[in-house]
Amino acid sequence: MNSEITVNVCLGTGGIAAGSEMVMEEFRKEFETAGVKNAKFGDRCKIHKVGCRGFCARDVLVDVSVGDKTWTYQYIQPEMVKRIVKDHVLGRQPITEWLVGDDYHTFHDNQKKVILGDLGKIDPESIEEYVAVAGYTAARKALTQMTPAEIIETMKKSGLRGRGGAGFPTGLKWSFCAANESDDRYIICNADEGDPGAFMDRSVVEGNPHAVLEGMIIGAYAIGATHGYVYIRAEYPLAVNRLNMALEQAKEKGFLGKKLFGTSFDFDIKVKLGAGAFVCGEETALIASIEGERGMPRAKPPFPANKGLWGKPTIINNVETLANIPAIINRGAEWFASIGSEKSKGTKVIALTGKIRNTGLIEIPMGTPLKDIIFNIGGGIEGDKLFKAVQTGGPSGGCIPQQHIDLPVDYEGLKSVGSMMGSGGMVVLDETDCMVNISKFFLEFTQAESCGKCVPCRIGTKRLLEILTRITEGNGRKGDIELLQELAEDVRDSSLCGLGMSAPNPVLSTLKYFRHEYEAHINQKKCPAKVCNKLLTFFIREDMCVGCGMCAKACSVAAITGEKKKPHHIDSSLCIKCGSCFDACKFSAVLKE
Amino acid sequence: MIHLTIDDKSIEVPAGTTVLEAARQLDIDIPTLCYDSRLKPYGACRLCIVEIAGFPKPVTSCTTPAADNMVVRTNSALLHRLRKTTIELLLSDHPNDCMVCVRSGDCTLQELAYLYDVRENRFSGGMRDHNRPDANPFIQRDQNKCVMCGLCVRVCEEVQGVGAIGYSNRGFEAKVCPPFEKDLNCEFCGQCVSVCPTGALSGKMWAGQPRQEGVKLTDSTCTYCGCGCNITLHSHGDRLIRVSSKKTSHNRGWLCVKGRFGYDFVNRGDRLTTPLIRREKGGALEPASWDEAVQFVVTRMAGIKEKHGPDALAGLASARCTNEENYLFQKFFRSVIGTNNIDHCARY
Amino acid sequence: MEKTQEAVLEGIYQKCTANGDNIITALQQIQNEFGYVPEESVYWYADRTNIPASRFYGVITFYAQFHLHPRGKNIITVCQGTVCHVKGASRIISKIREDLKLKEDQSTTKDMQFTLETVNCVGACSIAPVVIVNDKVFGKQAPAKITQNLKAYKE
Repeated sequence: MNSEITVNVCLGTGGIAAGSEMVMEEFRKEFETAGVKNAKFGDRCKIHKVGCRGFCARDVLVDVSVGDKTWTYQYIQPEMVKRIVKDHVLGRQPITEWLVGDDYHTFHDNQKKVILGDLGKIDPESIEEYVAVAGYTAARKALTQMTPAEIIETMKKSGLRGRGGAGFPTGLKWSFCAANESDDRYIICNADEGDPGAFMDRSVVEGNPHAVLEGMIIGAYAIGATHGYVYIRAEYPLAVNRLNMALEQAKEKGFLGKKLFGTSFDFDIKVKLGAGAFVCGEETALIASIEGERGMPRAKPPFPANKGLWGKPTIINNVETLANIPAIINRGAEWFASIGSEKSKGTKVIALTGKIRNTGLIEIPMGTPLKDIIFNIGGGIEGDKLFKAVQTGGPSGGCIPQQHIDLPVDYEGLKSVGSMMGSGGMVVLDETDCMVNISKFFLEFTQAESCGKCVPCRIGTKRLLEILTRITEGNGRKGDIELLQELAEDVRDSSLCGLGMSAPNPVLSTLKYFRHEYEAHINQKKCPAKVCNKLLTFFIREDMCVGCGMCAKACSVAAITGEKKKPHHIDSSLCIKCGSCFDACKFSAVLKE
Repeated sequence: MIHLTIDDKSIEVPAGTTVLEAARQLDIDIPTLCYDSRLKPYGACRLCIVEIAGFPKPVTSCTTPAADNMVVRTNSALLHRLRKTTIELLLSDHPNDCMVCVRSGDCTLQELAYLYDVRENRFSGGMRDHNRPDANPFIQRDQNKCVMCGLCVRVCEEVQGVGAIGYSNRGFEAKVCPPFEKDLNCEFCGQCVSVCPTGALSGKMWAGQPRQEGVKLTDSTCTYCGCGCNITLHSHGDRLIRVSSKKTSHNRGWLCVKGRFGYDFVNRGDRLTTPLIRREKGGALEPASWDEAVQFVVTRMAGIKEKHGPDALAGLASARCTNEENYLFQKFFRSVIGTNNIDHCARY
Repeated sequence: MEKTQEAVLEGIYQKCTANGDNIITALQQIQNEFGYVPEESVYWYADRTNIPASRFYGVITFYAQFHLHPRGKNIITVCQGTVCHVKGASRIISKIREDLKLKEDQSTTKDMQFTLETVNCVGACSIAPVVIVNDKVFGKQAPAKITQNLKAYKE
């Protein structure tokens, strides 16, 4: 990257959706027409595609580096490229009004990037660029200078815990697996990121696939596995492509295959595409799926570390866990253990989304207070509304209210308030979100994703959902809160796998912190956040209505009448409370209460 | 050997024994729906949960191996509550038409509902609609009564090695069915029927026959082949109405389609009860005594052998005979008649 | 079954056998070829591999990715992740249903032009609500916006 001028364009899923491919193409064209020779391959000028840098809400983000100075532009669209090339690249005059503001820097400066450090800097499709940032040196060091036992000891000392959800110590898991007598072992990378609202693993695989592969190589050597699998969602086409590309490149370089780094160690990796089942994130279900079966979990013990894929000892590590490993080998266990809180070491990548100003992918030291994440990095609530809760851990997690805003975000902290780390999704909710509705949303999800094997999850989640549905529709009964509580506890305590055990968490945590919202729905038949349509009355404000007739057109039951250009009226006896008029009105004249 | 304590009773079991098996050796009753000692444990019904000291939450005893110094509780207020909820959930998605159900009085779910005193259901709600007509001749499938214990699927796979049925769909809509939900198309061994804990699977010919009242059980041996499977005949008055087999039998309760469903002939009025002899060419078959019949065969065979030589005779042995009988039969043909013309119906 | 179809299946069988691939991979390839998993292809494959057809059927109905019926020319996938949900994904779905005149329980239009599907989360939460048409990702959608975006796909 010694070119005089470098343009970095984000080519993650977020960037591409915002049009980054077109932006890049435009740069290429502009460079050619502007007479900047060999824009693509030249020494002077380089267009460089990079992975996600986390701030997808500002896409397309473009870095322009001239000499050793870098400027970052936000919200770039193809038609803006011409001016950037003319004024900035050729004229050396940065376009200040398009540059990112202070909040972009606040967003980044409050983070600590171990995993995400190289994302947004290197081209994920080039192994050379990964090697240039010391890539594969950890694998080389591990294989040529360390014994498997030393690696496991290093992992134990570092305090690294599984980033996929439960937070089991990685070194300990590896030592269980290595202790088995067996002719073969497997290592699996779990990239079946199924939690709605989570995109950490997708971004890491898209932005730095080689780091994950390197982690797998080290893990495989430590436990004595000769075969590895990456189980990845088919819904992530870009990640799958980049992963396959990375595998090919690593094989060509001799980092995968036979006799790695001149040692006698052989290791290869296969990619398995998930076929669309959330439960396959559960270890035993994932194994069943790799074996080509229905992804139905089985009871543990035996644990996969003792008896896993094809009955052999198997280690399953999440993408982020594996991506941490090269850094630990290179920089040492003590360095890693110095980051984070007492029992949760290192950093955590979090997908920060929802009603928050700075949506994006962030990385923080474990133990960072929730408040800092939401109000410093996240920039506070979108549209200056009031913060209500933050949902962590996806469908298995819970909702954390205002009163716990100082909570340190680590495994123990989140668990202490009835939520969990999960894979690290964080969805911020504001005063316009109904907690009963959120709880229902997650139960809809888990109910549809239950594999159907065990009774509490198969029927229990269905019944939980039915009770929540009737509450949101104004048919809640006296005693429903107690019934929800009891059933949720029973499903949690008697289900077979993690999905069923954690599915009631959204219900239990909202019952604990937002019981009054349930009571309002059941007793007063009111939805305080004005979300549950069936509990609302729709009406039109005469002073706001211009009589355009859009609402009447949208109404499927002809409940809205009125003359053209005169205020319209909703007949509440006909209204089915679908909310179409509310969406159709461009003048905010339709109100709900 | 492993020592553990279950409900304050200590026991010693070999390594690999599950907690459930150990408890059953102590005659401790733990409810189950999806467990069958002849099949691999499955852990789906969640009724056999127990509390083990040091474990954070209840675990299924059918899948947990006994370990040294384990202290197990099979009954507590919590376990009772969880089990009762599970049974209630099952019943909330069950037709509950025990009055007219073929398995009434012989149904695990019905018994559990009684034992756990589930009179009302807190969870009544939407119910599956999985019943489909199935035109196969033997097996009645009432899928709305299925509790998804998986015993039928497992016996078909693990014991028969056929895989005629499997799980399909998922979650609340999960069901057991043949591929593409077609009619059952298999050997109809009925092993699936024999392990079903509810009325989801039954014999089509059982319908409308007495269930418990006045039914007499007689242990017997199947006559269809030389295996000699032990069977239990269910009769009502002078009619044979069902055949079953006990798990404790040498055939472990397993039967084939003939043994399980091929009993209809017993009740037929035109069934043969004495030998028949056609005394003259073109004449009618007439009843005869066994002595007369045997004498008749001996005379005819001796006559043929004398006139045309031993090779004019041939013997065809039957699969319904035992090995010993078949041995004697070929010995008789080879040594007494003096011919090698001997064969067996199983070859055709 | 037509000869060409059999040849395609035989090709998949050979490839999967050589790679040691499982049922899921085979079904994924069958679906790539035909756009869905035809019933007769399952019976053919079950016969060829000596694996009971019930296992294939179980896998097909377990995973959301597999389809037993032909789908429309354009596939509209609405993301139903948490963020898309709180930002109004369900209103987008109703709007698309209305635009395409899809009845309840119907996911493909009569003229086979469009199939409407949902996905749990595509992990593009920063630009929620998200709708994907074929391979193109549309971010920050709203009921009126999606109607506009779909026009380009209508014949």
